[in-house]
Amino acid sequence: MIHDLVIIGGGPAGLAAAIYAGRADLEGFILEKMSPGGQVLITDIVENYPGFPDGITGFELVEKLSEHAKKFGFGVENGEVEAIEQAGENLNIILADERVITTRNVIIATGATHRRLGVKGEERLTGRGVSYCATCDGPFFRDQRVAVVGGGDSAVQEAVFLSRFASKVYLIHRRDELRAVKVLQERAFSNEKIEFIWDSVVEEIEGQDQVKSVRVRNVKTGEVTHLPLDGVFIFIGIEPATNFVRDLIETDEQGFIKTDEWMRTSLKGVYAAGDCRLKPLLQIVTAVAEGATAAFAVEQEMA
Amino acid sequence: MSSDKIIQVTDADFDEKVLKNELPVLVDFWAAWCGPCRAIAPVIDQLAEEYEGKVTIAKMNVDENPATPGKLGIRAIPTLILFKNGGVVEQITGAVGKTVIDNALGKVS
Ligand SMILES: Cc1cc2nc3c(=O)[nH]c(=O)nc-3n(C[C@H](O)[C@H](O)[C@H](O)COP(=O)(O)OP(=O)(O)OC[C@H]3O[C@@H](n4cnc5c(N)ncnc54)[C@H](O)[C@@H]3O)c2cc1C
Repeated sequence: MIHDLVIIGGGPAGLAAAIYAGRADLEGFILEKMSPGGQVLITDIVENYPGFPDGITGFELVEKLSEHAKKFGFGVENGEVEAIEQAGENLNIILADERVITTRNVIIATGATHRRLGVKGEERLTGRGVSYCATCDGPFFRDQRVAVVGGGDSAVQEAVFLSRFASKVYLIHRRDELRAVKVLQERAFSNEKIEFIWDSVVEEIEGQDQVKSVRVRNVKTGEVTHLPLDGVFIFIGIEPATNFVRDLIETDEQGFIKTDEWMRTSLKGVYAAGDCRLKPLLQIVTAVAEGATAAFAVEQEMA
Repeated sequence: MSSDKIIQVTDADFDEKVLKNELPVLVDFWAAWCGPCRAIAPVIDQLAEEYEGKVTIAKMNVDENPATPGKLGIRAIPTLILFKNGGVVEQITGAVGKTVIDNALGKVS
């Protein structure tokens, strides 16, 4: 069978696309390698998604989005996509378990994953004090000392979250000011547990089986210190989950997919939406908007 | 809901159900507050069906059972640990797709 539309990824972008595709009566489904939700599943509380003035927890928002997508009949199937190939007018989607799915249109909504620091000790100590998810691992660090690396929204928000558990939170940032929005900055500056280590980079994460310290270098003075710690949380940005299509469609050097305003990529029938796409603002509100636009574009194309 | 082929283990019966199990055992260390734990739950269910009789699939709630994760040095969840004959064969941290877990289970089944 040849499907109308397969959406790859069940984060906010994919789920919003499914709502629009379902209501437009397009046939198809979402392919998701885990359960739907994407990065929102690791977000403690979302404060900037319109319509929720008191904020909404990541869990709740995911539940509402999934329920909403289900309502219009565009379902979710479990599957991890490894490649997309052209098959005449159609596209073949190749899954990790070797299934092949043929479709007329694809929306890539695979989002992004956390970037690694790339320093010694990071990989070895991941899960042993090195973490990329404060909501998952924060409670393991009750009354302990942790550091957060980064200076953007996620880093600052997670530093504040971690201060609920940890006795001390160092925020290590390579510049002398934060990139995070003002409300988050103010919240961090007024938090007594958070101490800022400016102009500094982590050069190594040290410890045998557990994190014991980090080696920090001040980029202005060159001074090197060893900061004793129990945990290191890394929030230095994201990488698009687009390795499987880099040879198929146009991306930038980092792998973010280039599209026009209809979310069309360089290959006919292939669309992209959400964090995997090259754009200025990577948030839920833009992800859902692009998912909707991509599904609308497919509908127009099929009409 | 979760597959009935999955066994629940606690600090009290970890030795008996995991370390002394004749089959290899994959233990999913999880907690209710952990998003990625929820994300991989359907994959764990699927594995329990597929590896029935070859690998025992188990879950341990780290909130209710702090001793075992403490002993194993677990400081991140989800953590999946594959045990065979009482020893650790493989440890996977964080949410991963099914293929990664399949590869690990392939080593013992
Ligand atoms: C800690 C943190 C806090 C955040 N806080 C906020 C906030 O307060 N407000 C806000 O607006 N935004 C926030 N964001 C950003 C927001 O979560 C993202 O912009 C949004 O989730 C992007 O949605 P998406 O659908 O494009 O991708 P994702 O959410 O990344 O979802 C992608 C989905 O695709 C699946 N997938 C990937 N590859 C494959 C494959 N090969 N095969 C099958 N499935 C695949 C993944 O499993 C995932 O479910 C936060 C992000 C983080 C990490």
